[in-house]
Amino acid sequence: MRTGLPRRLAPIARAAIVAAVVLAARPFAADAAGLFNPKSFTLDNGLQVVLIEDHRAPVVTQMIWYKAGSADEPRGKSGIAHFLEHLMFKGTEDVPPGEFSRIVTQNGGRENAFTSYDYTGYFQTVAADRLETVMRLEADRMTNLTITKEQVDAERLVILEERRSRVDNTPNGLFFEQMNAAQYLTYPYRIPVIGWENEMRQLSLDDALDWYRTHYAPNNAILVVAGDVTLDELRPLAEKYYGPIARRDVPPRIRLEEPPQLAARRLDMAHAQVSQDTWRRSYLAPSYTWGKSEHALGLQILAQIMGDGATSRLYRDMVVERQMAVQANAFYSASDIGPSQFFLFAIPRGETSLTEIEARMDEIVAEIVRDGVTEGELARTKQRLLSQAVYARDNVQGAARIFGEALTNGRTVEDVESWPDRVRAVTVDDVNAAARFVFDIRRSVTGILRSEKAS
Amino acid sequence: MTKASISAAFACWLLGLLVLVSLGGAARAAEIKEVRSPGGITAWLVEEHTIPMMAVEIHFGGGVSLDPAGKEGLANLLSGMLDEGAGQLDSQAFQSRLEDLAISLSFNAGRDSFSGSMRTLTENAGEAFALLRMALNEARFDAEPLERIRSQIIAGIRAREQNPNTIVGQTLFSTLYPGHPYGRPSRGTPDTVATITADDLRTFVRERFVKQNLVIGVVGDVTPEELGVLLDETFGALPDRPSGTVEVPDVMPREDASLTVVQRPIPQSVLMWAMPGIKRDDPDYFAAVLMNRVLGGGSFTSRLYEEVREKRGLAYSVYSAIVPFEHSGIVMGGVGTQNAQLKESLSIIRAEIGKIAREGVTLEELEAAKTYTTGAFPLTLTTNGRIAAVLVTLQVLDLGIDYLDRRADLVNRVTLDDVRRVARRLLDTDAMTVVVVGNPEGVESTH
Repeated sequence: MRTGLPRRLAPIARAAIVAAVVLAARPFAADAAGLFNPKSFTLDNGLQVVLIEDHRAPVVTQMIWYKAGSADEPRGKSGIAHFLEHLMFKGTEDVPPGEFSRIVTQNGGRENAFTSYDYTGYFQTVAADRLETVMRLEADRMTNLTITKEQVDAERLVILEERRSRVDNTPNGLFFEQMNAAQYLTYPYRIPVIGWENEMRQLSLDDALDWYRTHYAPNNAILVVAGDVTLDELRPLAEKYYGPIARRDVPPRIRLEEPPQLAARRLDMAHAQVSQDTWRRSYLAPSYTWGKSEHALGLQILAQIMGDGATSRLYRDMVVERQMAVQANAFYSASDIGPSQFFLFAIPRGETSLTEIEARMDEIVAEIVRDGVTEGELARTKQRLLSQAVYARDNVQGAARIFGEALTNGRTVEDVESWPDRVRAVTVDDVNAAARFVFDIRRSVTGILRSEKAS
Repeated sequence: MTKASISAAFACWLLGLLVLVSLGGAARAAEIKEVRSPGGITAWLVEEHTIPMMAVEIHFGGGVSLDPAGKEGLANLLSGMLDEGAGQLDSQAFQSRLEDLAISLSFNAGRDSFSGSMRTLTENAGEAFALLRMALNEARFDAEPLERIRSQIIAGIRAREQNPNTIVGQTLFSTLYPGHPYGRPSRGTPDTVATITADDLRTFVRERFVKQNLVIGVVGDVTPEELGVLLDETFGALPDRPSGTVEVPDVMPREDASLTVVQRPIPQSVLMWAMPGIKRDDPDYFAAVLMNRVLGGGSFTSRLYEEVREKRGLAYSVYSAIVPFEHSGIVMGGVGTQNAQLKESLSIIRAEIGKIAREGVTLEELEAAKTYTTGAFPLTLTTNGRIAAVLVTLQVLDLGIDYLDRRADLVNRVTLDDVRRVARRLLDTDAMTVVVVGNPEGVESTH
């Protein structure tokens, strides 16, 4: 164990806020495939269905993913995607409030929901013979939601409490918001998924219904089913419950274009609730679907070589050899629709100052840009990633999440399935080109979060 | 941003509890095999050859509660040191071997146990078990990794020092168990962690890593015969039994209705409460579990969820739990509410506890709790690692290899009267210890 710190502080990665809570398994390890051999079909109303079979246990997970996340929200309505996620549990014409959860839990099932920048999702895990029940319920609330002003007023208080516990009560949560707002000039990832408090307070019943009617439609959703069910069993159920829901016009997902970033930004926050100073930096980065996406795989491998695990460059240099940091990591995810970030993070050790941390971090980055990574580092990293792909098969719910996210964000089953082959094909030149591209200080935000007393 | 209503700080811990409270009805129960190696080491195994990997869980009795006074944090520091070099391999060499072979190996110090988890591809199983053997028998505790891991732990303690969830939990336990090991912070303090030496670690290994204390669960792509050989190679060299024994005394949690406010300038007050509970071997265990499910154990369906969150919007997270330890037990719960209304949340929680203490639960509630409790457990058995952890739990609690087949019956046998009895016995707001971190309006410490 090298202490829980890096992972606990993981929310420096945007999506990790959500991923960490729902199904922890995430790194691109699970992005690996060719192993899951999913089956897919599309209903006449446009609902795409993906099945990942796993017959080891009589358990099945249903996930519905809507192509609507906080980055699709109207101006001034931040938090409405997440607010509606909560309100989706308030009942329909046929199913009274609370009944959905009651039916699921009476059957021993587990359920939850999640909202991110690019999607909103709902899932239930139940005994395989209860799949029909949860399909009936999930299809019902895709189109028949009924919510009242009283429900909206009470639930608004709940999301404000959620914001307090996730964000306002913790300096890390607050600083994370400030970092993102500085990283993106116009792109909506600058706005927190849960919403700015002042805007959350104004969200109304009409706002919620507008959001629901605009985005919740079969042709704007992906249904992922994972577990002990076959295609022959699944198809008639999907047709019976989701099939009758009418296709509706959904506005195209048009996101504001991020303008050129020309000046490095620095944030310095002192807070009474901080007792351990930390240093972090994010560089604007491409994703699979945004910007120079040809660098996405190279950046995944670069993040591994630089900053994942006890033998990574940052850890070996700053933590083991120079003993100037207790922790040093790098992190990158390619799966967002829009501009991603490449993160560097460190916690100083003993008397080391944040200035010294930053100086050494800059040197390591400069070394990589100048000299690149080695063939040996690349080979070992590939081997490790491809081995992880085997473990991904052991977690079918994690696999469901990978496909749901990929398809919702405009990629295909084949994109996911070909990931191991594409990893194998990455060269040292690819990684080095990605490093040279991403480490542009003008597109970065450097953040210092420190104790108020030390200021 | 999920609808989850269990506070993140306790989610991990509660997940651990779920294993304890919801064993049962597993479809794979019949497949559990007891493997006895030629050398006499026992493990429970579920063969699962679909995927070329295996998950291994090991457990030694005795956890952080056995840390010597002044050396609090010893077990936790050891959990970070076992993979930092062993035998001929120094720290970097050991870690490289793990990473290159995609073996995950980690250790964890719990209140009453010290455990290890390993995951390996079948093709690397021999090497993985060899590394585990080295970690348990030949850990080096070199100076560089020792100081490095020590610095990480101290930084971690410092980073959490101001976290309201950490403060509320530690204050609750120090209040409930003054002078008992359960009242101490599991990771120790910066001062105590600073005093721990490599010799302390070696003493721990010598005294506690013994066959008599060892429990093993394995799930994956391995046959009983293959596993038997691996067990002897890996654990055969451990001593049979400890040289001496240190006992942790049984203890009753404090029950004088104290309320402690830890003032912090944060917008949301974080509250935890607790009262005396039961141990896992109590005959009323399942009655208590079902009662708790109705009170605040059901994430979106409990009375606390309904009254505090759903009707009044007073919290995102409100919950309760039955928490058995080896030497004590508590009924506990928590809530996070903005400062101005924390008092209201607390009075509703008290009222709901009092109501179940007086009236019990309804037949409908009991039936719903039963179907959930019997139905939910098999749904958690979806990865090899989770099943391996259950195999260990079954052995540690001495529940029997056929327990998964019997569990549903044990749950279904609970009557309304049983729940009423256990509610009267356990739920007593006059014995409720409360800790609040924040700046709650109209709530003051009782001392």
